[in-house]
Amino acid sequence: MEGVMIILSDLLFDYTMRTVALGSAILGLVSGALGTYAVLRKQSLLGDAMAHAALPGVVLAFIIFRSRAPFVLMMGAIISGWLGTLLIINIIKLTRVKEDSALGLILSVFFGFGLMLLTYIQRIPDARQAGLDRFLFGQAAALLQSDILTMAYVGGAALIIMVVFWKEFKLLSFDREFGASLGFSMQGLDILLTTLIVIAIVIGLQTVGVVLMSAMVVAPATAARQWTNRMHIMVILSAIFGALAGIIGTVISGLGPRIPTGPTIVLSISIIVLISLLLAPNRGLTWRWIKNIRNKNKIELETVLLDLYTLATKHDKPTHGHSINVLDTMHTGTHGTLNTLKELQKQDLVEHQEKDIWSLTQGGWQKAQDLAKERGKTS
Amino acid sequence: MTMLQFEIQLIAATTAIACSLVGVFLVLRRIAMASDAISHTVVLGIVIAFFLVRDLNSPLLIISAAATGVVTFVFVELLTKTELVKEDAAIGLVFPALFSIAVILISRYATGVHLDIDSVLLGELAFAPFSRFSLFGVDIGPNALVVMSIITVINLVFIILLYKELKLSTFDAGLAATLGFMPGILHYALISLVSITAVGAFEAVGSILVVALMIGPPATAYLLTDRLPTMLGLSAILGVVSAVSGYWVAHLLDSSIAGSMATMVGVLFLVTFLFAPNRGVIALIRRRKRQKWDFAKKMLVIHLLNHEGKPDYAYESRVDHMHEEMSWKPEFARQVVNRAVNSKWIDRKNGRVDLTEKGRQIAHQTMES
Amino acid sequence: MAENDYALEVNDLTVAYEHEPVLWDIDLDVPSGVIMAIVGPNGAGKTTLIKAILGLIEPAAGQVLIFDQPYNEQRHLVGYVPQRRSVDWDFPTTVEDVVMMGLYGQLGWIKRPTRHHRAITHEALEKVGIVNLADRQISQLSGGQQQRVFLARALVQDAQVYFMDEPFQGVDATTERAIVTLLQELRQQGKTIIVVHHDLQTVTEYFDWVTLLNVRKIASGPVEWTFTAENLRETYGGRVSFLKSQPEMMQPGQEQ
Repeated sequence: MEGVMIILSDLLFDYTMRTVALGSAILGLVSGALGTYAVLRKQSLLGDAMAHAALPGVVLAFIIFRSRAPFVLMMGAIISGWLGTLLIINIIKLTRVKEDSALGLILSVFFGFGLMLLTYIQRIPDARQAGLDRFLFGQAAALLQSDILTMAYVGGAALIIMVVFWKEFKLLSFDREFGASLGFSMQGLDILLTTLIVIAIVIGLQTVGVVLMSAMVVAPATAARQWTNRMHIMVILSAIFGALAGIIGTVISGLGPRIPTGPTIVLSISIIVLISLLLAPNRGLTWRWIKNIRNKNKIELETVLLDLYTLATKHDKPTHGHSINVLDTMHTGTHGTLNTLKELQKQDLVEHQEKDIWSLTQGGWQKAQDLAKERGKTS
Repeated sequence: MTMLQFEIQLIAATTAIACSLVGVFLVLRRIAMASDAISHTVVLGIVIAFFLVRDLNSPLLIISAAATGVVTFVFVELLTKTELVKEDAAIGLVFPALFSIAVILISRYATGVHLDIDSVLLGELAFAPFSRFSLFGVDIGPNALVVMSIITVINLVFIILLYKELKLSTFDAGLAATLGFMPGILHYALISLVSITAVGAFEAVGSILVVALMIGPPATAYLLTDRLPTMLGLSAILGVVSAVSGYWVAHLLDSSIAGSMATMVGVLFLVTFLFAPNRGVIALIRRRKRQKWDFAKKMLVIHLLNHEGKPDYAYESRVDHMHEEMSWKPEFARQVVNRAVNSKWIDRKNGRVDLTEKGRQIAHQTMES
Repeated sequence: MAENDYALEVNDLTVAYEHEPVLWDIDLDVPSGVIMAIVGPNGAGKTTLIKAILGLIEPAAGQVLIFDQPYNEQRHLVGYVPQRRSVDWDFPTTVEDVVMMGLYGQLGWIKRPTRHHRAITHEALEKVGIVNLADRQISQLSGGQQQRVFLARALVQDAQVYFMDEPFQGVDATTERAIVTLLQELRQQGKTIIVVHHDLQTVTEYFDWVTLLNVRKIASGPVEWTFTAENLRETYGGRVSFLKSQPEMMQPGQEQ
């Protein structure tokens, strides 16, 4: 508990901690918001390939410019991430190789090439200090103010473009061909949106690392989708979830030694996804389960009521009693007829006459008659 | 070449064969990304088993890792079945989560032991020969070589025994099911095999090279052949070539062996992508160019045939206006007419063109095909 | 070319995938104010034809005119109803939002819809009878309701020429009747409607113009002259058992 308090006070007052948490929040925010599009366009695994493909760009940018300025490395990552994406698209378009193979191939080859370069530059003086290997699994603690500023500027620009082209991107994601029939350049929009997604991924590489970055694109949006049916709310929620996971992950990894930031952030967002899948209203699994049981119960109650009604119509008196055995032969319920009858009794729809004889009440007769009419109409 | 170098290459080559054999079926079944997911999640299985037995050489590690690979796919399937998540997103959710747990466990609790994140990603091929396997006190060879040879044999036996079933369920799962071959079970058997291969391989070469070797050589072979046996053989050869050449590139540049091998996998694919005899990009461009003229000539004769005998024929068959009728560029239209005349598909007369008997026939044939 | 009142004119349109022809040299003249069916067997290129007309697929050759002007200049006069199954109905958006997309073309780049556009949207929803569903998430709609949403989206386009890809596919009988009524209303307003259609039995009832297509155009014209046994046989390659006395036998042998 004390540890948590210290962390929280650090979060507020400690400069490094604040910087790091801010960085993680920005990364979560941007990748969460833009990841929505990747998920809605069923490009979840493309994010994984883009992240891995960015690695050689980072190293090459360093080799060429001999600088580890955040903007230089980011540009390298963006270009190489884009190149990977372009290759994937063209392999699919020009050959018989399918999407999954193209993704896996580019992902592993670019990453392998990145590793080759990374180990190669270990021989270059100063390179060891460049700390490029933190791009593998991310290291939030190493974030500097200049990193955060670059992330904020580039990410902010990406988000502004997203808002400006909100309507067009929605059209692209939902019904590309209709959009084209309206005269919008869907190809241009596609290129723009893909670039934004690459940017969202690249922003997080230093903190989360190329290996796990795709989770920050897929997970927040998946969690957000469970809580809402509106796209703008989904984007906002996804950004919040992403930022939240970023901060939580950073805080936890600050709690003890040797807790890597990237995996902790990814685990945080995964838990948010799990909670969303289980508990979100309407779509959530718990909700659905309860609804199912309710439905089943309702159907069972109605069936027994209708059975009693059918039997009663064959007699002169609506409240004529019948035995459970007779009812049992008419339907098969999971709860047993007696339980169902007791439930109906609580609602004053049936009454217990003697031993195992039950009958409809006046109210029950009325309700059953309505039900019968309703069913007759639909069937 | 020293014995050490030779052994490293032998391990790499055996690994490449084992990976590319199962990889062929992943590529053909369009579940190549399974290798990415599995090669990451098996790490969790290894870590869990390691904490239980505290021995990196225990066979339990392989069993536990293979089980995790299968569990990954059970999770993905369960998630997809809820219909709350699309399949691609499900894969993208499950494996980073499981891998994250593994990485946190390793870095938090397993420092100092021979299990660290870098070797998970990169493998330690250079050191692989130092861990020896001996039987009755006799040195048989490097541990990794023995493990990978066994896995290669298992993969081969599996493919040979179930060749017919695998082939059928890969190309027509529905038919396989009606014939009683249970494609579901075969699917999980394949996933288990991929997991076992990934475990064995990634100790030597790291998880990323596992992905590269499982997808790269089969995808390259897929551009070179239509026959499954040839594809299997070619994949194995391409895998070995990437492994050996990758080793020497790494040697030359003093860089990561796994990284260089993955790069060579990419280079081989790129070369094939560009120059493959039938399916390469250059062959494609050439074919398209040839087809373009052929196609344009056919369009021309069909156009003429459609208007033959109709009142607008005189109008539609004017050479000078052909580009307007066909919405072609004037220069292109002129060339098409020339080529069609040269092929004796049409006759040019008084600024108009008429179909020859041959042209008429071709137009009919083309439309009927 | 002579002046005419053709709403749609297609000249020598050829479409190929990888130089494999899907449509050969199609000529079409569709007068304005008709409801036209495009019929033909599976793989005949019906959807490809309207996609090529709409510029969604680049043709290998050919020209499309809308009211005597090139398609690109007349795009604002054209409305499109794609196949219902072409989109992901689990997309997080509402009925109103989807219908509003029909106005994006008039809005142009970046500009946002206003209250005025909402009013137009609701009017269209009223016309197709689902104004009560305006705020509904689209995954909660039945097949018929989905189709009505797409129709409403086309209505707000306020086009002169409509292209509809199988609007009757998988909808309930009530919706089918509602769509037919709607099409007839549109025709009365002088609009032209071109429909890819699957059900041969309803051609004579719903349409007044028909194009029979099987990679090439077999015939095109008023239903009573064009929709003949001979033309059908040529289109479906003898797979139609067509008996004049028993119109219910007019079924293609291979249907989806």
